[in-house]
Amino acid sequence: MKIYRGTEASPGIAIGPAFVLDMQKIEAVKRRIAPSEIPEEQERFRNAVESVEMELARLIDELPPELKEHDSMLRSHIMILKDKMLYDATLTNIQERLINAEWAMKKALSNIKKVFSSIKDSYIRERYQDIRQVAQKVFTVLAGSSSLRDLGNLEKPVIVVARDLTPADTIRMSTEKVMALVTELGSRTSHTAILARSIGIPAVVGVDNITEHILTEDPIIVDGFKGRILVSPEEQTIETYRRKQKKYLKYRIEVIHQSNLPAETRDGYRLKIKANIELLEEIPTVIRHGAEGIGLFRTEYLFLAQKKLLTEEQLFQAYKTVAERIHPYPVTIRTLDIGGDKFLSHLSKHNEQNPALGLRAIRLCLQETELFRNQLRAILRASAFGEVNIIFPLISGKAEIVQVKEFLEQLKDELRSQGIPYNENIRIGIMIEVPTTIMIADILAKEVDFFSIGTNDLIQYSLAIDRGNDAVNHLYEPLHPGILRMIASVTEDAHNSGIEVAMCGEMAGEPLYIPFLLGIGLDELSMNVQAIPKIKRMVRESYREECVRFARNILELTSVPEIQEAAAEFFRQNYRDEIAILDQEEVNEPQL
Amino acid sequence: MSPIQHYEKKAVVLNRLGLHARPATRFAQTAANFQSQIWLAKNGKEVDGKSILEILTIASPSGTELTVKAEGPDAREAVEALCQLINSRFGELD
Repeated sequence: MKIYRGTEASPGIAIGPAFVLDMQKIEAVKRRIAPSEIPEEQERFRNAVESVEMELARLIDELPPELKEHDSMLRSHIMILKDKMLYDATLTNIQERLINAEWAMKKALSNIKKVFSSIKDSYIRERYQDIRQVAQKVFTVLAGSSSLRDLGNLEKPVIVVARDLTPADTIRMSTEKVMALVTELGSRTSHTAILARSIGIPAVVGVDNITEHILTEDPIIVDGFKGRILVSPEEQTIETYRRKQKKYLKYRIEVIHQSNLPAETRDGYRLKIKANIELLEEIPTVIRHGAEGIGLFRTEYLFLAQKKLLTEEQLFQAYKTVAERIHPYPVTIRTLDIGGDKFLSHLSKHNEQNPALGLRAIRLCLQETELFRNQLRAILRASAFGEVNIIFPLISGKAEIVQVKEFLEQLKDELRSQGIPYNENIRIGIMIEVPTTIMIADILAKEVDFFSIGTNDLIQYSLAIDRGNDAVNHLYEPLHPGILRMIASVTEDAHNSGIEVAMCGEMAGEPLYIPFLLGIGLDELSMNVQAIPKIKRMVRESYREECVRFARNILELTSVPEIQEAAAEFFRQNYRDEIAILDQEEVNEPQL
Repeated sequence: MSPIQHYEKKAVVLNRLGLHARPATRFAQTAANFQSQIWLAKNGKEVDGKSILEILTIASPSGTELTVKAEGPDAREAVEALCQLINSRFGELD
């Protein structure tokens, strides 16, 4: 048995065979397709070729005159790309052999290789390398758009092991077949971690070079509590872990049982607990786990799933579904919160050095007004079918809000004159993520109906830490005294102006932070679905008055270790049941 | 629309390196501008004149005699333009 360590990203134990997604070597994933999939597969291939062609054309455009020599090489690459021996042959292979685009192109390529290897002229024979290079570019694009590295076609339950998992990788993942996620990159707040917690499977991230140590089908154990991966464990270890697994399952069932009880402290303070979701499929889980609405509906997935712009009608149907199904509870829809390079091809040429500080979220929307217009009209129209709020991400100041509100009013006028129903009094809010918004919270509070603190970005921007960067993510610390003061301050300013404050970052779903958040008087916590029953139960075990004293107390402390110690101590004294699950029996590990 | 024409003409590869990647690219690019189907023949072996890869497979060093064939509404113009390209050493200076 070998043990590898990483960061625990989602709790639970999984025992099963590994399925390794190797991103380094981009290989042709071979898959048979049904006749009905032919058009889609051919389209995927055409799109991949087109995108490589555009890339090459752009390279030609950008070549300085002194590199004229390369111009003709790039032009011949474009010709090769569309050559019938590669292009037409691949399309024919897809159709006639009923195989996926990667496999079909691989077949076309090996045929070309055969023909070229018999050429006597060594110079021309060597041209096969150009062809392979061009094909490799197409393979790369196909891999990016592939439904697998196909997590959508898993044959049996597996533990997915990958260098990294992006939304594009997981969008079609058949969640019922995935027992756990393990990645080399990432942190507790990266996509993999958030996804695992939202679907309730264990995950360990940041495990160095794990894809090199595990082969597909290797039996492994994922310990999502301690951040460990055990490869080829002994029978005895497996049994110990099975006991742990059962114990945790029992705990979860108990907690879910009580999930419909309100989140009210022993001394009668009521807090709204809502869910963060990304997919419509999560709605039944949201209701089952006792959420009182959706505090954050991330809309990026709808776009990323398609890799292209959605029409107003498509968006409207999705938002209407959520509004109707969560009714009588409300849903807060966040407008698009990513950079345009994800799906707007004309923006992909902006190679941003620092995308987190770049053209994204509200900045992108205010520039790409057509995109923004479609989304806002869809949200407004959905507001006629349930309680819908809008929240705008990455707002940095008043002028931006004024501009957004004017645009929204203009769209309301349009809908009114077209006789399309919407809620005239739709509530709007802003994400508190850019640190300056906290300094001017009193000003911003006059412009909107509510705030929602997005702790992931707020902490990243305030502490100047890229949470996706393994070298610094240990410095990402919600209990930093500066962060606690910011959260307390923005909450107080908002309340003084008479508006509500929610928190929708990862921090809102972490038991350790709940007493502080209760103490400073946040009105709403929105979190990943799996955390809801546990957090509700914690709130029910709390005394608000004690939490208020505790919050005041730790706001006086001056360093992270002091605060961590005080928070852990308060937790130990007041939440015995929660500790039971964190303090699981130790597994005896052999020395490495 | 002009009636379908058949047309063919011979030309000899003159540039030093023969019909290598760059000339083949220019040949296929030029051929692609015409509606007609175009073939390039060498010693009885025929390949698609619009496919750079097929052109490369008939490896034609300097001195090779090629036949350019076309069939379609603009067959004659196509063959003339392509032979002109071969005769002009594909605009290469060697």
